[in-house]
This record gives sequence, C-alpha cells and structure tokens, in this order.
Amino acid sequence: MTSTSLSSGTRTQTRSNIAKGWWDRLPLLPALILVLLVTQLPFVITLYYSLQRWNLVSTNAPRFVWFRNFINAAGDAVFLKAIANTAIITFSIVIASILIGGLLAAGLNREFRGRTIARTLAITPFFIMPVAAALFWKTGVYDPTFGILGWITDDIGIGRINWISQYPKLTIIILTTWQWSAFSLLILLAGMQSFPTEVAEAAQVDGAGRFYTFRRLMLPHLRPFIELTGLLVAMYVLENFAAIAILTNGGPAYATTNLSYYVYLEAFSAFDLGRASAFGMISLALAMALTIPMLRVVSGIFKEGGRA
Amino acid sequence: MSRRHKSLLDPLLTVLTWAGTLVMFAPIAWMILTSFKTEQDAVSYPPKFFFTPTLEHYRRIFENDFASFATVSVLVTLVSTAIVMVLAVPAAYALTVRPVPKWRDVLFFFISTKMMPIAAGIVPIYLVARAFDLLNTSTVLIILYTSMNLPLAIWMIRSFMVEIPRDVFDAVAVDGAGRLREMVQIIVPLIKPGLASTALLCAIFAWNEFFLAVNLTTTVSTLPVFLQKFLSFGQLYTAQVAAVATLINIPVVVAGWLAQKSLTRGLTFGAVK
Repeated sequence: MTSTSLSSGTRTQTRSNIAKGWWDRLPLLPALILVLLVTQLPFVITLYYSLQRWNLVSTNAPRFVWFRNFINAAGDAVFLKAIANTAIITFSIVIASILIGGLLAAGLNREFRGRTIARTLAITPFFIMPVAAALFWKTGVYDPTFGILGWITDDIGIGRINWISQYPKLTIIILTTWQWSAFSLLILLAGMQSFPTEVAEAAQVDGAGRFYTFRRLMLPHLRPFIELTGLLVAMYVLENFAAIAILTNGGPAYATTNLSYYVYLEAFSAFDLGRASAFGMISLALAMALTIPMLRVVSGIFKEGGRA
Repeated sequence: MSRRHKSLLDPLLTVLTWAGTLVMFAPIAWMILTSFKTEQDAVSYPPKFFFTPTLEHYRRIFENDFASFATVSVLVTLVSTAIVMVLAVPAAYALTVRPVPKWRDVLFFFISTKMMPIAAGIVPIYLVARAFDLLNTSTVLIILYTSMNLPLAIWMIRSFMVEIPRDVFDAVAVDGAGRLREMVQIIVPLIKPGLASTALLCAIFAWNEFFLAVNLTTTVSTLPVFLQKFLSFGQLYTAQVAAVATLINIPVVVAGWLAQKSLTRGLTFGAVK
C-alpha cells in the first residue's frame, strides 16, 4: 500500500513537472512555432515537390518522378553556371567587403577632426534600399551615355564603357560590395575599438612599431570579428537578388544568374515547379554546407554571449 | 621618437580616410544632387555639377500611385515589427532569464534559419499563399517579415537581457513577482533602449525587403516593387528615379544614423557589442 501511494505520488509529481516544463516553455512557443511553420515547413514541402514532374504550362498532371529533377539538374549547363556564378560573386564580395571595410575601419579608428561625420557617411550605403541603390546605379552611374562612371572613364581616356553589358558580373560585385563593405566597416571598427588600449600602449613603450603592433596584436584580436563578418556577408549575399533583378535580369546569357535568381526564373518564368523545387533544395544544401561550418568557427563568439 | 614618426604619417592617413569615406558616399551624394536637376540636366554630357535646382520631381512623386505603395510599406513595416517585438521578448526571456532545457540548441536553431536561402522555399510559400487567397495582400508580407525578423530580434534582445545584473532577478524572486510582472514591469524597462534599436533594425529589413514582395504581391505592394516599375522607363526619368529613391531612403538612413551605436550588435546577432 505504501508502495502504491508512493508510485502514484511520483506520477503526479512527474505530471506536474511536465506541466511546469511546458509552462516554462510557454513564452518561447509562439515565436518558435511561427518560425518553424513559416520558414521551415516550406523547405519540407519543397522537398516533396522536387520529386515531381510538375509544370504549370503543361497540361499533364503532376507526376512522381523520384530524383529525375535532380539528375536533370546535374546535366543542366545553366544550373551549373548558376552554381559557379554564385560562388564567384559571393566569394568576391566577401573578400572585397572585408578588405575595403577593414581599411576604412583602420582609418576611422584614429583620432581626427570630423571622425564621427566621416564614420556616419561611410556606413550610409548599407542602409540604402538595395532596389533603390541598384536602380540609381544603373541609370546614374553605370549607364554608358549618362552615367557618371562613363564620363570618368571617357575623361581618363579609356572611352565610354558599357559596364553592365561588358562586365555584368563586375557591376553586380561592385554594387553589392559597396553596400556590404559599409556593413563590415561597422563590425570591424567595433572590433578595433574593443582592442585594449593598455596593450597598444605597452607595445609602444616596448618600442614596437605600428606595423608590428598591427600584425602581431591587432590582427589576432580581430580574427574572430573578420570571421564573423565573412559569415554574415556570405549569408546575406548568397541570396543576392535585388541587384541582379534590377541591373542585369540575370543576363547577358545567364552570366549573372545566381542560384536564387535561377530558382526564381524556373518558378515564375518557366512555371516548372518541380525543377524549381529541386534547384531550391540543391541551393539550400549548398548554403548549409557553406555556412554551417563557418557558424561552427564563429560559434565561440556567440557562446560567450557576446564580446565587448 | 615614435611621436615624430606619428605626426608625419597621421595627416596623410586622415586624408586617405576622408578620401575613402567620400568615395563611399559619392553615389548617394550624386543621387541626391540628381534628384534636384531637370531631366535634361540629369542626362547632360558632361555631367553638370552646377545647375538651377528644381523641386519638380519631389512634387511629381505623388502624382501616380506612390502613396498607396508607401502606405502598404509603412503598414507592413510597423505591424510586422510590432508583432516581432511582442513575440521576441517572451522568447528571449525563456532563453535567458528563466532558460528552458536545451536553450542553446533552440538559439542555434533560430540562427540557422537565417542561413537558409528563402528562394528554396518560395514555391510552397507562393502556393500556400494562393490557397489561402493571400497573394497580393499586405497580410502575407506581414506574416513572412515577422518570421524572417524573429530570429534576429530574439538574439539581439537576448544579448541585452544577458547584461542585466543577476541581483535584479534575485530581488524579484524575493519580492515574489510573477513571471509576467517580472518580464513586463522589470525587464522591459531595463532594456528599453535595446528594444528600440532591435525594433529599428527589424523595421529597416522589412522596409527594404524585395524578393518576397516582388514574388507574392503586385499592386498591393511595398515601395521596392513600386521602384522596380521605373525600370521599364529607361533613362527618361533619371532625375525622377533619384527623387523617389532619395525620399524613400530618408527614413531608413536617419534611423540608421540614430541607431549607429547598437546597430553593430543587432547586425551580428548580439555577438559584437
């Protein structure tokens, strides 16, 4: 009898523990459920669609074809080109943004008159709406006849270059780098400002030169910040869409079509939902393969709960 | 010795820094300048730096359906940001102040959702929106922008909650305040500036979003979609484009300038302060 009452006692206790557990989780649930439903469920459905032949233009009903869309993707020259374009564009933008943002940050991490104004001006490109930026760059900067860049190149004797048709990838890279180097400037400057001044002073007392201090002390200190910048820029630029849609429409001849843009073309121009879904799954896998290892590298920063 | 070395190099570095800064800002300055030109001046060759300014283009912005797109933009931005804040504060609370088991996994789940390209989900998102008759409505954008910004907001708010001294919570426990009271009356006032900058950042992302807006909406849509329509006009409206672009960037740029300090924290998911 004692044993029964004991066991029923534990049971009620477990039940109340479970209830308490859910009570603790309650504040988290709305956010978690919404994010799961809206951002994760679509990927599961995409996976299902990707196994079907389903073209809205064709009169045939959707049909289960297993992995045929994926096999076809491997033989689709444009798709392979889109993967290469995504890699080239993303990689160049990440490197260029870190370099330009880092140089600007180094310059701004010094005492001089008007420093706050300079910093404010330098980070502004990041806030500009990508569509607005792309639209104005197209008409006001890159345009061979009316753009300011055409005028500059004409003036220095290389003639009027039609940037968008001659160097389509480069125009995308320059425009996007312009916006994202302002972003890396913000983060790298925060990194530089968190460099302990005592260390810098001690190094100076020891007679260490500027370059030495930078290479041996500042760079190691900045390393996690640089990695974090790389991860975040890569994460956002992988999905680069506005610049491509406005400047080049993915052309000429798919020269600037990245994975996101190709999925968009397949789904909303070719209306081939099966293929678009398969491409979407592959780009999801590639994005995860690229960013998850990078997340692991920088996860130390996140685990510490932030650094000053 | 090092002082003299410094004094020689410093002015040069300052000049270089200013040069770099001005190159970064030049396209924006050019855009603002162009917006005050007549269309003839805007496409003149060589480009004009001095001209009689006109406000004509700003006056003409409101001639077509700019107002209706602007209304949708404001509505979608405000409502989605408000919902984000209402959901993110309790979630961050349950991951920081009274952490649930495996809170670390949950946090990493949230950040990992930001690494998945939204294009991979666009087909089902489109079809579900169509099934629920939500295409071309602000509702669909509000739902999507809310879930798009939630992970960022949770991470950012969490980073502010982590900084609240432990004693505050102990005092609350002694006081016997309930959870809701603890959250609303004690924590929220303590991190108010942090919440403001979180909201600002979410608003910027919602205001600028293009991919979802262009795929799911057409006439009832936000300003990026409105701007895109100018593409078909080519060079005819360079100055007009500049005026619209300048006007719709003013709120975001001003907000960004004001929030400079805590912006870095938000953009790095609270990792850098």
